[in-house]
Amino acid sequence: MLGLEKKDATLLLVVIALALAAPILLNPFPTESAMAQFNAGYPDLMQKFAIYGIFAIGFNILFGLTGYLSFGHAAFLGVGSYSAVWMFKLLSMNVIPALVLAVLVSSLFALVIGYISLRRSGIYFSILTLAFAQMSFNLAYSVLTPITNGETGLQLSLDDPRILGISQTADGGIPLTSLFGLAMRDSVAVKLGGWSFEFSVGYYVCAILMLVCFYLAMRIFRSPFGLMLRAVKTNQTRLNYTGLNSRPYTLAAFVISGMYAGLAGGLLAAMDPLAGAERMQWTASGEVVLMTILGGAGTLFGPVLGAGFIKYFENIFSKINDSVLQNWFGFLPDGVENVVLWVVEHFVGPGWHLTLGLLFMLVVIFLPGGLMEGGQRIAGLLRGKRKSGGDGGGDDPEYHPGQTPHVAE
Amino acid sequence: MDAILLQTLNGLDKGSAYALIALGLTLIFGTLGVVNFAHGALFMVGAFCAVTVSRLLTLSYTVIDETRTDFLGNPMKVDMPYLKSWLGETVGGTIIDWSVPLAILFTIPVMLVLGYAMERGLIKHFYKRPHADQILVTFGLAIVLQELIKHYFGANPIPTPAPPMLTGSFDFGALVGMDPNQVIYPYWRLVYFLFSAAIIGAVFAFLQFTTFGMVVRAGMADRETVGLLGINIDRRFTIMFGIAAAVAGLAGTMYAPIISPNYHMGMDFLVLSFVVVVVGGMGSLPGAVLAGFLLGVLESFSSMNEIKNILPGIDQIIIYLVAIVILLTRPRGLMGRKGVMEE
Amino acid sequence: MSKSNLTRRGVLRTGAVAGAGLAMPTFFSAGSASAFVNDPGNGPVTLGFNVPQTGPYADEGADELRAYQLAVEHLNGGGDGGMLNTFSSKALQGNGINGHKVEFVTGDTQTKSDAARASAQSMIQKDGAIMITGGSSSGVAIAVQGLCQEAGVIFMAGLTHSNDTTGKDKKANGFRHFFNAYQSAAALAPVLASRYGKDRKFYMLTADYTWGWTQAASMKAFMEDQGWTMVEDVRTPLSATDFSSYMTEVQTSGADVLILNHYGGNMVNSLTNAVQFGLKDKTVNGKQFEIVVPLYSRLMAAGAGEAVKGILGSTNWHWSLQDEGSKAFVKSFGTKYGFPPSQAAHTCYVQTLLYADAVTRANSFNPCDVVAALEGFEFDGLGNGPTLYRADDHQCFKDVLVVQGKQNPESQFDLLEVVEKTPVDKVMYAPDNEFFAGGDLGTCNPGA
Repeated sequence: MLGLEKKDATLLLVVIALALAAPILLNPFPTESAMAQFNAGYPDLMQKFAIYGIFAIGFNILFGLTGYLSFGHAAFLGVGSYSAVWMFKLLSMNVIPALVLAVLVSSLFALVIGYISLRRSGIYFSILTLAFAQMSFNLAYSVLTPITNGETGLQLSLDDPRILGISQTADGGIPLTSLFGLAMRDSVAVKLGGWSFEFSVGYYVCAILMLVCFYLAMRIFRSPFGLMLRAVKTNQTRLNYTGLNSRPYTLAAFVISGMYAGLAGGLLAAMDPLAGAERMQWTASGEVVLMTILGGAGTLFGPVLGAGFIKYFENIFSKINDSVLQNWFGFLPDGVENVVLWVVEHFVGPGWHLTLGLLFMLVVIFLPGGLMEGGQRIAGLLRGKRKSGGDGGGDDPEYHPGQTPHVAE
Repeated sequence: MDAILLQTLNGLDKGSAYALIALGLTLIFGTLGVVNFAHGALFMVGAFCAVTVSRLLTLSYTVIDETRTDFLGNPMKVDMPYLKSWLGETVGGTIIDWSVPLAILFTIPVMLVLGYAMERGLIKHFYKRPHADQILVTFGLAIVLQELIKHYFGANPIPTPAPPMLTGSFDFGALVGMDPNQVIYPYWRLVYFLFSAAIIGAVFAFLQFTTFGMVVRAGMADRETVGLLGINIDRRFTIMFGIAAAVAGLAGTMYAPIISPNYHMGMDFLVLSFVVVVVGGMGSLPGAVLAGFLLGVLESFSSMNEIKNILPGIDQIIIYLVAIVILLTRPRGLMGRKGVMEE
Repeated sequence: MSKSNLTRRGVLRTGAVAGAGLAMPTFFSAGSASAFVNDPGNGPVTLGFNVPQTGPYADEGADELRAYQLAVEHLNGGGDGGMLNTFSSKALQGNGINGHKVEFVTGDTQTKSDAARASAQSMIQKDGAIMITGGSSSGVAIAVQGLCQEAGVIFMAGLTHSNDTTGKDKKANGFRHFFNAYQSAAALAPVLASRYGKDRKFYMLTADYTWGWTQAASMKAFMEDQGWTMVEDVRTPLSATDFSSYMTEVQTSGADVLILNHYGGNMVNSLTNAVQFGLKDKTVNGKQFEIVVPLYSRLMAAGAGEAVKGILGSTNWHWSLQDEGSKAFVKSFGTKYGFPPSQAAHTCYVQTLLYADAVTRANSFNPCDVVAALEGFEFDGLGNGPTLYRADDHQCFKDVLVVQGKQNPESQFDLLEVVEKTPVDKVMYAPDNEFFAGGDLGTCNPGA
């Protein structure tokens, strides 16, 4: 199907089903129940899942295949967002031109940065990309404020000179971002017993693009080009000795992953027309690295999973406060309740960072292949055949946790 | 002229902090081949060692002062440090004032133990794992350390002053024969610079002139051969990890009076220290120190108005710009060796 | 632009009541929808408290959250009622907001625009919050204010001091009780001139982002009106932690006053550095060298320790004020938590009360009715004396406090002393003032 092997086609179908049914799957608890706190099926968070999924898939094309660890990918995300918002301000509220420009500009950006940075490898490459991204961030925050609106972030205003469209709606508001008249904010709510599910236009736009990106990544992984990238990861020196110049391949991978990041940035702006400089900060670059490793670098679905995990913690755990906890544990005897509250308090609300940090450590210690390996181990257990641990990528035959040479030869 | 002298002093001072952190980071990079994202957090923990010592020394009991009232109109509760009541106002007060230098005695064992525990309990299992895994686990550890500190000390910066006789500034210009009142420089920053120089010197001497250091250097160059010679190199590397942690911790302890410690100060230094290490060249200790001072001085000069007027925003990006230029002209940084971390 | 028949989030809550228990899917169309988003119907009303819980302003955020919890307690009739008893409007009865019990959700802004908007979105879309409030920086406030305008809920800003919040980025659904950079400068200038003389040369270090710039521009304009001359206005990177190289420039500049347009961690470090470099004890041009911090935050200033002593600045409110409103607030806050509230806590508490009062007076949760009730509202008894919520820009006008770092603090909270209360007419400005021009409130948006 679609030029995919049977196994990949199955994976694609599963991902499609998951993505399309996400509004239902992510709202497993009835709206009025105490567990509704853990529901993630509201438009904004689902959009973030899909968008950061795209970002991580793209990052994985570079890092998972070639082993080049870029620490500056957030710069492309930020550039994509800025381009998209400028398009909304100047041309039209339709998301298509905005996304196209976002991808174009970020690919140009990636071409320049990649061309320079790829002259070095290993940690030197990482630091070069980091340096470029930090320069972009610092300048966007300060000197480039006329273009970026600095700290506040670039926003739409009531007097934008929109060429194809109106500056203000009839009732004096800023028009909404839309796809040929279908506003991104619109949604259909369905009530089913105690449950309610919300199907939002914006989410489905993101989800479909994410699926397209996922499919493309799959094709890249399985293509001769992908094979060449893996060769770079395994042993670049030997590849060079065979007379092949690997630079064009790595540069192509870099630009492609930059375009993915640009698309993600553009989508962020399309869902919520604001572009802030923080999107380019090193912490944002670090976040996508963490997402990819957490999910499982080099696997197809891992990065999406990692992105979902981190965004889930950020948005759900940070919102659990004392009164919510008291609600949950109110049934316990007072003394026990206080002890439980005291323990749990450290990990939720203001302590959500701690939970995230512990999660990073636990996953990487016990699941060397990331969450994907965890999933595969569980699947293996269910099938009743225990796999020998330590083969990293589990079912994905292509995942080789590269042996790191300890020190210099 | 005086401005240039002052900026050089500032640069050396900043540079000494960068150099100290980068030195520890390079020890871990160079000896163990581990990308340690928790190194900034170790610096931060060092700074909070100073805070802890000053808290311990000011452990107090409360006295109710009936003559004054607090903000709710109740009798004021006044904290009376035990030290002052045991040793008298002057002696106890002096000890409390000197809490930061005293904290060095506390920091060294704490950081050695922390470094040792970190290496044995966690890092040890990651030698053979990809760098990406090392980044994830050490980053996770950094967050955990940070959150623990935040939980006990709060998020706001905590003032940790230097001893009174070292808090002020003095006329550095007059010392070197310039007109008085031209070059005023804070005592503590000079102390910090001298302290860093001493630590850097000590680390180099230790590696250069002791048998232990010789073995470690041999291990850095070729771990396997040293192992084959029957030397337990792992044990020595563990100790080096402890020393690296102690160097980072000391850098933080002595930095506390310069900027009030807060729980995320480690993250602020993390990126910078990586840049310093890489610019210096992977696996090169002199490179790390050289790059630390170089970037410190350049950063100081780039914040001069004469330069900012020509290139607005230059002080924001100078470090990164220099890093790019150096890495493009010198492929392995200033003094890096071939093959280290180029995979 | 969109003519879709699809519904928005607001339908859900009313729908939830009507459709409860039904096992078959129910579709709602816009026709049956309520007139505004997140209508509480007959049930409790949910407010969204969006404060920094991680990052450098986490402690300030925690204090804001304490104030919000106190406000909710008082609105629901608990505790001693706090400022409900001193508020000039007597609409609030301690029976929730207009008879609806008050519930709240909390979120973490991380002091980042993206995170703050994501958190606010989840409150609006998932929890059905009808009003969002909080925040500890202008970037976040402006970003969230923009979001609330689009989503159709009310935004009651927390601590935000930039002119832009009620200037070029003002929004019909957004309201600010806190004062702003212009008012700080207007209040400080005469005090500085009378204390330090008319003939002064000042040097400014300015955090290189929007708030820093508006603060610097305001200070420059007002100080030059007082006859002072500016030597230099130097931008410092927001990420800077060590300001030594900038202090060096100050030392050699010939200026005799240093104005630090820094906030939070920047302020703590730059002030500490300035004192370390001996600037406080310096004599230049035959005058004592002076340092000024236009915007004080008591919580953060504590981080600078001894360095704040004698330094002049401004603040929105201070717990040592002796009016009835402030006393009542400090009493209930202090009794509950054991320490006095910060200015951030005060403005957040007041904003919550003002919102509840406006809803009650309007007898409607519809954001447009609330906006109408708040616009031009005059009140007293909330700690700042007689105050006006101006209709033109949704900015509060009230007295501004000029404060000074206390020489002999009696406790760890006793950091600042009020040296002057600049009356409101001295800090009043026209809505089209050059520092605030360029924005447009637009029209209120009820969402649905």
